[in-house]
Amino acid sequence: MAFLRLEGVCKRYGEIEAVVATHLSVDKGEFVSLLGPSGCGKTTTLQMIAGFVEVSAGAILLDNRDITHAKPSSRGLGVVFQSYALFPHMSVEDNVAFGLRMRKVPAAEVHKRVATVLQLVRLHQHAERYPRELSGGQRQRVALARALVIEPPVLLLDEPLSNLDANLREEMQFEIRRIQREVGITTLMVTHDQAEALSISDRVVVMQAGRITQIDEPYKLYEHPRTRFISGFVGKANLLPGDRDASGCPQVRQLPGEGELTLSLRPEKIDLLAAGSGRLPGKILSRFFLGSQWLYRIDTAIGEITVVRRNDGSAPLNEGTAVGLDWPAELLRVLEHGEVPA
Amino acid sequence: MSLLARMRQGRRGYLLSAPALLLYLGLLILPLGLTAVLSFNVFDYQTGVKNDAYTLEHYGLLFSDPYFYEIFLRTFWISGLTTLLCVLIGVPEAYILSRMGTPWRSIFLILILTPLLISVVVRAFGWSLLLGADGLVNQSLQAFGLAPMKLLYTPFAVVIALVHVMLPFMIIPVWTSLQKLDPAAEQAALSLGASHTTVMRLVVLPQVMPGVLSGTLIVFGLSASSFAIPGLLGGRRLKMVATLVYDQYLSELNWPMGAAIAVVLLLLNLLIMLSWNRMIERRYKKSLGAA
Repeated sequence: MAFLRLEGVCKRYGEIEAVVATHLSVDKGEFVSLLGPSGCGKTTTLQMIAGFVEVSAGAILLDNRDITHAKPSSRGLGVVFQSYALFPHMSVEDNVAFGLRMRKVPAAEVHKRVATVLQLVRLHQHAERYPRELSGGQRQRVALARALVIEPPVLLLDEPLSNLDANLREEMQFEIRRIQREVGITTLMVTHDQAEALSISDRVVVMQAGRITQIDEPYKLYEHPRTRFISGFVGKANLLPGDRDASGCPQVRQLPGEGELTLSLRPEKIDLLAAGSGRLPGKILSRFFLGSQWLYRIDTAIGEITVVRRNDGSAPLNEGTAVGLDWPAELLRVLEHGEVPA
Repeated sequence: MSLLARMRQGRRGYLLSAPALLLYLGLLILPLGLTAVLSFNVFDYQTGVKNDAYTLEHYGLLFSDPYFYEIFLRTFWISGLTTLLCVLIGVPEAYILSRMGTPWRSIFLILILTPLLISVVVRAFGWSLLLGADGLVNQSLQAFGLAPMKLLYTPFAVVIALVHVMLPFMIIPVWTSLQKLDPAAEQAALSLGASHTTVMRLVVLPQVMPGVLSGTLIVFGLSASSFAIPGLLGGRRLKMVATLVYDQYLSELNWPMGAAIAVVLLLLNLLIMLSWNRMIERRYKKSLGAA
């Protein structure tokens, strides 16, 4: 049963349609990410749910209650902002207690609940500090604690990790997921980082130019991208011309020219064999060392193809080496032709 | 770095700031010192100032005559009221200004600043035209069948004109601290269940306190020592300290007495402003940090 539902939600700014007739339902306890490039309408969607942006058309339902035109203060949702938006003149404890005090919760209970939630985000030793005395990751935790302490029905995260450096970002991804699981809270996260969306969500919603183009579980989204845009935006992909063979299965077109299909093939699904074997001959143009992997760019008759091989400890292939490329035919994905204009 | 090099570095610093230091010495410290010395000189109505004789008589008079008490008291309550009104008008105005869209914000900011380009004297005369016995305000009162009021040469006229002149000095520091605010913090407070007034009171105001503090200091200091407005709109009878000093110098020709009043005004002003600053800072120091 859908807990949070968007029914044909639209946002227009004059002539410009920022979000076009969006339908989305989120189940109770689910972690859903809105993924898309900047300007795709994902943040506007989140702000409409939070109540900071007026909805032009459509309805937002929370637990079967229409909240489309409710004030932000009466929705009771937990929001974590990209800038964290902590109150700089209040201590960590006062920041977290703010929502409870607004709800006139008795002081003793405020103290208890703040202590519990600070324990949850592992900041109980810093309760007396001020936001400026904390690191980026700690501020992020305060923002999370402040949103969680009011026990909101839904947690909204707006690019929560984009202000953190790479190492911390990965750590916080797992941390957010841990906390979300522990509390069991329905969560909607906006992000432009596909790795972030894939690693911690139950489902990923891809948005492009104000429209939802695909909703899927992370693994399915990666393995079965619907459009050319998604296959390039979520992970790396080789886009190859293709035709259907006699039995109706898609095959890569070996001859020059456009095929009737556009196929997507993930770089790690391609095998490198000795020259003369495999489906397609090629020559290594360049190679890049990525630590756990090697990335090769290979020149072939149907264009440049990217291949990623696991770094298994053996010596990598040299640039200029002739190789044969092979792949399991069932891993070719047919992309839809109808492309949403960016 | 060797001691010698460091000394040379130090000398270079002094050398480079010498023009500014000279200006500061010549235009501020020296006249202030001379005024302080003058306030101790003996004055005689027949022979004038005696440069070689010193006395505490002027200060004695100043502290014993209730006439002076009244003028000092009036100066400070008028300045205090002006400051309060500037806070009440200027803080919301700065907030509205900071929330305006791009073209309007700059237009209104310029509108707020333009009065600073017009001489205070001209603006004081403008107010006297409006508030005079035959001025626009009284004319319209009479047109509605109401009795004319005495507005000019009252504290009301002085306060209204001072607020008009001082408002930009309040708006600009408050506006500057508003610029540093994260608009998302207000949204966060709203999402946590706060009403708009609560957001103003608990989130916005405490963060702009440093701006309000500098605004009040500037406005109070300038009001307490203002001369043109009380001089032109307060008239002969409603004296403030600055006009009193002027009278001592130019009507009574009692320069030492004028100097003594000026020195006391300066010291009282400093005392009030420093204790105000301390009071606010102590209250907000912890939360506002070193800034």
